[in-house]
Amino acid sequence: MKQDKPCIPRREFLQTSAKKIPGLVVAAAALSTGKTLLAEENSEYNPEDHNYAMGVDIHKCIGCGRCADACKKENKVPLEPEFFRTWVERYVIPVEGEARVDSPNGGIDGFPEIKEKDEILRSFFVPKLCNHCDNAPCVQVCPVGATFKSRDGVVLVDESYCVGCRYCIQACPYGARYLHPTKHVADKCTFCYHRITKGMLPACVEVCPTHTRVFGEEGHRSSPLMRFLRFKDVNVLKAGLNTKPKVYYAGANGEVR
Amino acid sequence: MKLSRIPQQVIPLTIIFALAIVALVAARQMLVPESFGKYGHYRADAVEEVASHDISYAGIQVCNDCHDDIVEVKQESYHRGLSCEVCHGPANNHAEAPDEYTPGAPRGRGYCPLCHGYNPSRPVGFPQILPKMHNPGKACMTCHNPHAPTLPHAPEECSACHREIASTKMVSHHTTVDCRTCHTVPKDHWSDPRAVHAEKPTDRSTCGQCHATGADSPKIIPRIDIETHGGRYLCWDCHYPHHPEATL
Repeated sequence: MKQDKPCIPRREFLQTSAKKIPGLVVAAAALSTGKTLLAEENSEYNPEDHNYAMGVDIHKCIGCGRCADACKKENKVPLEPEFFRTWVERYVIPVEGEARVDSPNGGIDGFPEIKEKDEILRSFFVPKLCNHCDNAPCVQVCPVGATFKSRDGVVLVDESYCVGCRYCIQACPYGARYLHPTKHVADKCTFCYHRITKGMLPACVEVCPTHTRVFGEEGHRSSPLMRFLRFKDVNVLKAGLNTKPKVYYAGANGEVR
Repeated sequence: MKLSRIPQQVIPLTIIFALAIVALVAARQMLVPESFGKYGHYRADAVEEVASHDISYAGIQVCNDCHDDIVEVKQESYHRGLSCEVCHGPANNHAEAPDEYTPGAPRGRGYCPLCHGYNPSRPVGFPQILPKMHNPGKACMTCHNPHAPTLPHAPEECSACHREIASTKMVSHHTTVDCRTCHTVPKDHWSDPRAVHAEKPTDRSTCGQCHATGADSPKIIPRIDIETHGGRYLCWDCHYPHHPEATL
């Protein structure tokens, strides 16, 4: 029989079919069952499926400090005003000169009146926390491997392995770490790892009254964070340091450091 | 190769090296935790340890499961986006043993201003008040329902807005005189104060209700001949009605 067009030889067609059809069947089955995107079932929790991150919308923050308060209560952070896993900073930008930043007790008790002699251009609040960098300087400097990036993208501290040498506290460009006064180990935000692995939100996100903080997962299109990233013009803090932070700030311009 | 062919000095060295290697392997076995290096340069068990910490905040879903009456009220209000634990504090204890633990609720004036107290750094449009000026001494809950914080009606007391007049009047002889004795207040003034004004007295007869010689009022009130006193001036040209200076 004469053929006009080149066609796939039968042997090749059968071979490719044998390779690809099982894959398509599996894909169809996965779609029909509806893959769970957040950690809903604790028993099924697989860290490889997650890459947690946070969004912070500076335009929405009212500086109530409930996040810092909830964080202390949830994670049993010492109550002294030197120890914070998350805190709220107030930026005061004068018409001329340097921006001034304060954070009395992390913002938990509110902020006093601005005592600025110069004319003020604007002022706003910036919640701060560990940025859970993809390229974390604290992880690089830890001499014993007590701080590390977990498989789900959260930078954690191994309390029983930390020797309290404070290298990581020095290395963190965001000042997100402190030395626990009684345990004598480095401590910092874990994105409330004990909550997120059970499908709950971090305590600060749970209590934020204006939904300034958005928690979610990178790479999952249905995650609230991905919506946040699509709709907002986001920045990361100190991008020039190549730490690849995973806390994205909307409305943060050059003044926020 | 025969053992005698190996140079004599190498034998003790080999033994020392072998022992050192055995000691190193033994030390590693003893000192390095079992799960170290399973997923990277860290102890894999530490992840489980961090994940096993206790939870304090139960989350809004847990609250909503039982308190559906409050959910209904809150759903319609400006506070619909708020988690219960923002004000009531961590309540996981309560969720697990509702009868043993009861979460607190801030009832004074201290808590609401953390969000609603005036602060120029807050975003424009966020509802704020000046705690020192806004009905001082009264708990926020007297007028506002925290689950549905919009005022159900305009404040009936004039002092809610006219606080400076109220506090002046409070220390004067007119302290017990109701605002409506002298001012006629249209109903719409409460809901739309800038469009509809309360009326002020226009002639001496208003003061005369109490202060005229023949007025039907308690004897303790000072009297004056309302027709002749002060010549061509009106009463409030000389006396400030919210703090009249004449003594008994």
